[in-house]
Amino acid sequence: MSAFVTAGSSGESREPNETRFGFWRRSYAMVVKEFIQLRRDRVSFAMIVMIPVMQLLLFGYAINTTPRNLPTALLLQEDSDLGRSILKALQNTDYFRFTREVHNVAEFDDLLLSGKVLFGVEIPRGFERAVRRGDYPAMLVAADATDPVAAGSALSALSAVVQTALDHDLHIGDPASPPFEIRVHARYNPAASSRLNIVPGLVGTILTMTMLIFTALSVTREIERGTMESLLSMPIKPVEVMFGKIIPYVLVGFVQAALIIGIGVTLFGVPVRGSMILLALLSTLFITTNLAIGYTFSTIVQNQLQAMQMSMMFFLPSILLSGFMFPFAGMPVWAQYIGEGLPLTHYVRIVRAIMLKGATLQNLQYDMLALLALMLLAMTIAVTRFRRTLD
Amino acid sequence: MTAGQASAENVAIDVHGLSKSFGGREVVHDLSMQVKRGTIYGFLGPNGSGKTTTIRMLCGLLTPDRGEGSCLGYDIRRDADRIKRQVGYMTQRFSLYQDLSVRENLEFVARLYGVRDARGTAREMIRRLGLTGREGQLAGELSGGWKQRLALGACTLPNPQLLLLDEPTAGVDPKARRDFWNEIHALAADGLTVLVSTHYMDEAERCHEIAYIAYGHLLAHGTVDEVIAKSALTTYTVTGDGLNTLAAELTGKPGIDMVAPFGTSLHVSGRDVAALEATIAPWRERGGLRWQHSAPSLEDVFIELMSRSKDNFQ
Repeated sequence: MSAFVTAGSSGESREPNETRFGFWRRSYAMVVKEFIQLRRDRVSFAMIVMIPVMQLLLFGYAINTTPRNLPTALLLQEDSDLGRSILKALQNTDYFRFTREVHNVAEFDDLLLSGKVLFGVEIPRGFERAVRRGDYPAMLVAADATDPVAAGSALSALSAVVQTALDHDLHIGDPASPPFEIRVHARYNPAASSRLNIVPGLVGTILTMTMLIFTALSVTREIERGTMESLLSMPIKPVEVMFGKIIPYVLVGFVQAALIIGIGVTLFGVPVRGSMILLALLSTLFITTNLAIGYTFSTIVQNQLQAMQMSMMFFLPSILLSGFMFPFAGMPVWAQYIGEGLPLTHYVRIVRAIMLKGATLQNLQYDMLALLALMLLAMTIAVTRFRRTLD
Repeated sequence: MTAGQASAENVAIDVHGLSKSFGGREVVHDLSMQVKRGTIYGFLGPNGSGKTTTIRMLCGLLTPDRGEGSCLGYDIRRDADRIKRQVGYMTQRFSLYQDLSVRENLEFVARLYGVRDARGTAREMIRRLGLTGREGQLAGELSGGWKQRLALGACTLPNPQLLLLDEPTAGVDPKARRDFWNEIHALAADGLTVLVSTHYMDEAERCHEIAYIAYGHLLAHGTVDEVIAKSALTTYTVTGDGLNTLAAELTGKPGIDMVAPFGTSLHVSGRDVAALEATIAPWRERGGLRWQHSAPSLEDVFIELMSRSKDNFQ
């Protein structure tokens, strides 16, 4: 300390010394100041440890690129020993988990369309008899191939595994020429183009990032610039502040969504098989939900750095656990629960279903309601968290 | 309380026993005050004395820990929303949007208060503030004096009944300060009540009534003359040579509560007349010095109040 004082007061006589150590001294002063400020910001300090540890553990355990136990619907047109054996063999592969049994083709298609199952297995009427007669009948395995990763490994394992199982159980037929055909329908994305799957998901991912940041900084910015005091002294209610801060960005988000989808369609050749209006409506809902969540963050954090960190904390799981990057059905159940709480999970399903599968609102009811619930929850928290006084 | 309610028509601010603590430190202690409608009420006190906190409690920005009262007849705890509609609050630090233009800021305020013709009202205010030609300039680029005018314009725009001005003239040049006070007097003449906090003695003397607050305690209130009269301070004004040595010699002597240089003269004050007279007697004989018994200035009174309260509360 005294060194600074004497250097300052004695002026030019110390000039040579100043230049020799000045660089380090001034850098050191800055380093000390930054450390002090960092230490005062408890939340940021905690996040320095929390973000890497939590995210690493979370994703290390949750992500699985060769997913097993994929939800599968079953349409049994007859009840036979052979049928049961095949199902058992399928289940033994660990790839398929029969979650629903349906009784007609319409239900079967509906489950695939809404994304509630990834596979559907149909054993037709008179199947066993046809096999025994040597008619070489076909059983159907329909796959939701919008996500080639999720469907791929299960489908490639299919025929071999079933055949082996048959040999063990029933000793029918000749392994070289199987007694029936497994007809695989890779629906919605028969060419298994990953681009078809990625581009719609990207719409949601990009929107999540941009929308969160727009509003996550909005309240903290008012506080840091000192304008909050004036604003609070005027007759405006928390809900009004919230809507005022969200609505402009709904328009911005809408333009952004249109831009991404437009590029996806023209440059990447992604189809829009469903209703454009439905896509626009549900995209707007998704945009608003994200804006509401970002705004909620901004009512919780104390400064802009924390707002950015919090958005990051939310964005990473959104990318990794939403089914955008890795198959949702392949994650452990606890990770799927987390995923259900993220708006991106629902939007990824919605946007893929509308663009690739041509789904209607009826197929997407659940995801739409989930988005709506998340939005209302975020808004409620934001309005109650908004401090109306400077206490 | 009953007296307060009976005269609610004439009283803009009527609060009792307000207290507020931050982190265990009591910033405002048991503060009661009444401000009559149509008056300019000066709020004086050193930095950190609780002026800003009191003002914020009056307009609903802070909730008092204890105490109650009304502002414009509305309960300060329950009716904050109603109070906000009729109170203009000018913050100590410029708190309009720096990245909006003058006109945009005023229109924003006008819309928030539900003024019917926001554009027209803003234009009228720009004209009245003398900001015509600058309405497109960003508020953040205005000089200190203009910023302060704009802030005053913004808080008077919705036609409030009460203005709370928190050190509105800090860092503003004397000419702008004078214009500002002329404007405030004009507003008060129209029936507006103004509570203004300040450090400047000349501004205090422009108020109809003043209150002095230090360390969270309201120490004196009334008109300027009343406050001076109540102080019971005896002051001598000394002129002549060697005032610096005299000041050093007198400081701390019994009966002498305050020695303060005022330009070419020295103010020597004390509460205990007899002790003061006894102490200064030897110096009164000294050549080259002229001693004159005078009324204490407002500043003498305040500095004395402050040093006394420091002994009591710190």
